[in-house]
Amino acid sequence: MVNEKKEREPLIHLVKRDHLDAWKQWAIRLGAIAGSLLFICLLISIVLKGSPFKVVEFMFKGAFGTNLNVNIFFRDAAILLIISLAVTPAFKMRFWNIGAEGQVLISAYMSVLCMFYLGGKVSDTLLIFISLIASLSVGILWAVIPAIFKALWNTNETLFTLMMNYIALQIVLYSIKAWVPTSSGQLPPLTSGNLPQIAGGDYVLSIIVAIFITVFLFIYMRFSKHGYEVSVVGESQNTARYIGINVPKVIIRTLVLSGAMCAIAGFLIGAGIDHTVSIDTVGGRGFTAVLVSWLGQFNPLAIVLMSCVVVFLSKGTTRVMESFGIANAFFAEVATGICFLIIIICEFFIRYRVILKKSEKKVAHEDLELAAQGEDSSEQLTANENEDVRLLQKDEQNDDEEGRRI
Amino acid sequence: MCITWLGGNFPPNRFIFFSGGNSVEKTVAIELRGITKTFGDVVANKNVDLDVYKGEILSILGENGSGKTTLMNMISGIYFPDEGHIYINGEEVVIKSPKDAFAHKIGMIHQHFKLVDTFSAADNIILGEKCPKFDLKEEKEKLAEAHRAENEAYEHYDESEHPGPLAYMTKPKFHSEKETKRKLALMPLVGIGKKIKFNWLAKKRADVVQDIANRFGFKIDLKKKIYDLSVSEKQTVEIIKVLYRGADILILDEPTAVLTPQEIDKLFDVLRNMKAAGKSIIIITHKLNEVMAISDRVAVLRKGEHIATVNTSETNEQQLTEMMVGKKVSLNIDRTEPHDVKNRLVVSGLTALDIDGVKVLDNVSFEARSGEILGIAGIAGSGQRQLLEAIAGLYKIKDGAITYFDPAKDDAPVDLRSKTPVQIRDLGVRLSFVPEDRLGMGLVGNMDLIDNMMLRSYRKGFMFLDRKSPKKLAETIVEELEVVTPSTHTAVRRLSGGNVQKVLVGREIAASPSVLMAAYPVRGLDINSSYTIYNLLNDQKEKKVAVIFVGEDLDVLIQLCDRIMIICGGKVTGIVDGRTADKNKIGLMMMGQLHMDEGAALTDSSTEVMPDGE
Amino acid sequence: MTGAMLVQFIKSAMRLSATFLYGSTGETIIEKGGHLNLGIPGVMSVGAACGCIAEYYLVKSMGLSAPALLVLIPLLVTIFAGALMGLLYSFLTVTLRANQNVVGLAMTTFGVGLAGYLITKMQAQNFVIITRASRFFLNMFQVQSENWFVQIFLSHGVLVYLAIIVAIVAQIILSKTRVGLNLRAVGENPATADAVGINVTKYKYVSTCTGCAISAIGGFFCIIDYMGGNWEYILEGFGWLSIALVIFSMWRPVLSIPGSFIFGGLYILANYIEGTTFAQMEIINMLPYIVTVLVLIITSIFGKKSVQPPAALGTSYFREER
Repeated sequence: MVNEKKEREPLIHLVKRDHLDAWKQWAIRLGAIAGSLLFICLLISIVLKGSPFKVVEFMFKGAFGTNLNVNIFFRDAAILLIISLAVTPAFKMRFWNIGAEGQVLISAYMSVLCMFYLGGKVSDTLLIFISLIASLSVGILWAVIPAIFKALWNTNETLFTLMMNYIALQIVLYSIKAWVPTSSGQLPPLTSGNLPQIAGGDYVLSIIVAIFITVFLFIYMRFSKHGYEVSVVGESQNTARYIGINVPKVIIRTLVLSGAMCAIAGFLIGAGIDHTVSIDTVGGRGFTAVLVSWLGQFNPLAIVLMSCVVVFLSKGTTRVMESFGIANAFFAEVATGICFLIIIICEFFIRYRVILKKSEKKVAHEDLELAAQGEDSSEQLTANENEDVRLLQKDEQNDDEEGRRI
Repeated sequence: MCITWLGGNFPPNRFIFFSGGNSVEKTVAIELRGITKTFGDVVANKNVDLDVYKGEILSILGENGSGKTTLMNMISGIYFPDEGHIYINGEEVVIKSPKDAFAHKIGMIHQHFKLVDTFSAADNIILGEKCPKFDLKEEKEKLAEAHRAENEAYEHYDESEHPGPLAYMTKPKFHSEKETKRKLALMPLVGIGKKIKFNWLAKKRADVVQDIANRFGFKIDLKKKIYDLSVSEKQTVEIIKVLYRGADILILDEPTAVLTPQEIDKLFDVLRNMKAAGKSIIIITHKLNEVMAISDRVAVLRKGEHIATVNTSETNEQQLTEMMVGKKVSLNIDRTEPHDVKNRLVVSGLTALDIDGVKVLDNVSFEARSGEILGIAGIAGSGQRQLLEAIAGLYKIKDGAITYFDPAKDDAPVDLRSKTPVQIRDLGVRLSFVPEDRLGMGLVGNMDLIDNMMLRSYRKGFMFLDRKSPKKLAETIVEELEVVTPSTHTAVRRLSGGNVQKVLVGREIAASPSVLMAAYPVRGLDINSSYTIYNLLNDQKEKKVAVIFVGEDLDVLIQLCDRIMIICGGKVTGIVDGRTADKNKIGLMMMGQLHMDEGAALTDSSTEVMPDGE
Repeated sequence: MTGAMLVQFIKSAMRLSATFLYGSTGETIIEKGGHLNLGIPGVMSVGAACGCIAEYYLVKSMGLSAPALLVLIPLLVTIFAGALMGLLYSFLTVTLRANQNVVGLAMTTFGVGLAGYLITKMQAQNFVIITRASRFFLNMFQVQSENWFVQIFLSHGVLVYLAIIVAIVAQIILSKTRVGLNLRAVGENPATADAVGINVTKYKYVSTCTGCAISAIGGFFCIIDYMGGNWEYILEGFGWLSIALVIFSMWRPVLSIPGSFIFGGLYILANYIEGTTFAQMEIINMLPYIVTVLVLIITSIFGKKSVQPPAALGTSYFREER
């Protein structure tokens, strides 16, 4: 009877970790990233019935196979990095801005709008300047509208920013249909007001801007008063009020910054890379950036790494699919999703310790069992023997208790 | 007293007490053996043995952090012990969740009430109730048995024995085999029907619970939503909830912390009634006078270990204190005579509203004087928080004035009304505030000591942060207040309660304030840390600081403060002198049943007391 | 707009509204248990994809001979797929206590991708044959008549009625039964629910899986009935709107019946306004999103205590928290 109850003891016991050294945390995360990459390669090789080594080879070829691949890889990683960094200060403040998609799209649209209407009418330099200003202001506007309502009335920012994405999308759809009434529904790349090509490509500028923003954000978050205020507001709004921080002001100011960085990404896409706009201009990178930022623990350096991993995955898997003769663009998304889910799981092991339950009785028992196993190579004691041993122990204990009581 | 075994006639956990010649048989309700629980590196309970008898009130006495609540949480299934055994009525049990605890008729009333705010009191009481077990096999057998019995009676029924026109009423019914079979086949449906019926929330569910509450003698409207109830009403709901569940072992965690002396008396009456009804009651507390008043026995815990269990009648407060703290301590708080007092902060006619437009502060007027400690007493949630926050510029006020007299400028008055904290600081007002919510307001739990020091000073300089002087300050505080921490780079969340408070108070005092406000600064602290805080407050008083101290323990308030202001429902119901204050009168004022002005308190004559109706 | 067009408009709006209704009813159940599941778009997509694939193989293997099976089996597959997604979500957020927003977004990325992958793979074959099964969903309880009442209320496919039934049943369970009371307690204050012996983990798992299963039906309905079996990548947007609808309906499935009708109406409004160009239609199509934003703002400014989200929404529960 007692034994039955003993077995009902929880087997797995969770304990919240008090502290885990930073290097260990990052080791676990890096391990998870590596593990998820391996897992995805294996998965692909099983699904496509190909050799895993081939898959790994094509993954690398897809990302770094040719010079062009390398350039595109770094360009896309840079853009994703900028968007991820853009949402970071907002997240640090616990402002769940998932509207980066819309903020980037509307700024890219704005730069294309300037190019469309002013192209050929003003000089290219002036046009670039105008479209930069226009992108910045509309990107900031897209971020700051939800921020104002959040700051003043605590309006749910997650859904608000989400809806702003769709509003931006509809505006783009409207313009494309208005500009291109023909059935193609696609705006051909515009030629005027394009950003200058450095070293013969559109990637160098993006990379330079991304590096600049990374350094800027690192310093801003770590060493500036503004960054400190953002952290305090994120940790506890009550504390922020207590030390006299104007919380609404910080929220709005941070989202201005966030929107501006998204706008820069949008501007780079619109004026520097695509020279046109469509509903797939951002292509989900706004949402991916949210995850990249969170999984990088809002640490700019980790975010650099995470964005590279994500772009590597998407380029690599696409190439693998092509090389196996399957044109299925969606597998990249599935792979990214799996990678994210694995890293999310690893966060659990950083925050909690899992203890397999062992009561003292069972420990004592194991000794007996080991002894028994030594004599008899059969695997376990029979149930009856077990019972006897336990009863014996129970009696001993009762004796002990008697002794104590008298 | 001696305990004797009576051979093998009794189960091992049954004792007979011989006490002064009268033999009283006592049955053990719950036994703990060798209970150990650790949280990370912290040992919360170490090898604790404890017995609780039926029909007794046992106090668990110990300082904050001595592991009382952790121990009880293991009985009620919140935590699971790392080691040890629990026996209930002599049988070993495993309690791995609150559900198991209920199954063993254990009910716990937590210090922080476990109630769903948006539900009615009645719904909170019935919450989680389990459907009575419906064992299909058993029920089928029962039905078959009943039918068989009735059929037998039918066969043996003799009509001549029951004459008269109403005879048919006594005549047993005959159940044909077909009928029995049909009914047996329908049995599963009956089970499902019962389940559905149980699951349905009928409108009259509140009445059922209300009946039970009335029967126990509780006067409370259970149809009210929890957020409309007062603190003591919430506690009543918790007690009804536990009784409704049919608990035989009741655990109350610091039940008196939030009550007035009068409410405490009422609670104790309830507890005595329950004891008389044979229930075991465990009451966790660190207040000695309550231990002496209510309990039969006292178990003392210290640093997670069970020191001893003694009969209340055979001990005294001094002895208990020594067991609790482990050394002789003086229980007196020094109080120096204030001299050269001047008005430092004058509040007059302060009125403030909450979000729903209800007055949380209603025409509050008082002075805080330099070199004096002004205590503020009141039931939790009477407006203490709003009052301090309004002074600090954190709570919007509707009406009234707050005037500060600046000692640096020859006591020139400064208007603090409707200023933000930054504006107040820019005016040169040296106001320090130790808020009630330490890690949620005073400090940032996830930041280290240095960044927490910076909360007050980060504004200095241009654009970038200066971490050098906060680091120095953190080191000074760690050294002077003996803060136990691995380093100044440790997140404050990881420090113990006492050390967190030392960091907070240390930072606030380091700003060399002329007004220091502290809300519940010793809540959750052990005795040594509490005395450190009292001494710090007294030091500030010596330095001519006007100290405002919001407390919940009336004994401490009376010992520490020069004057005590009592508020009730946002209104000031009296300001009394700490040296002549009477605890019961303060209690009545806390409930708004008595009003007293300062003059009355000084003369302290009962004729000037104006009862405000019962 | 003529009378006939108006009838047609209301009918179409009601038809489309079932998608939102399933989605928001499912999400409401999940949110009542204290979880904000941003993975609904992914769940709907995966549900729809699995349902359609099941339909495809059924039609391929047994033709159109058994209408009842052609309706029932894909529906069950959809429910199962949705529940599996719910299981994944609850494993990550309940057992592993991961951040709900992040898991939700990752699930959307994963789910939309997976659905797209599966469908793209299928479309290489004769996937269009599922459009033939679509009529069974439409015809099951349909009454043929030109009468406006019949047209509006009795001319729908079986899944439209099921959506309304599910919403009403969900409402009754949530507000009138102990199961609902316990679930609400879990979402409001899990520590309290735990202390009175409610198995918090079980409630969270069951409510999440149930909610995801219901949302998944919404995705399947949208493709098989509303789109007539033609796959389109529109479910992601519908999923987000369903989440918004939960706030719009103030966490009451019954209120989301009219709410989803309004959303459906706004979504198709552009097709019923005469003389609009394609470009202008896109502006009108913006309305559901703008209305959602307005609702968010209005409820946050004038929100009362009774229409607040569950208090513990978005937080993980760990009993031994210290």
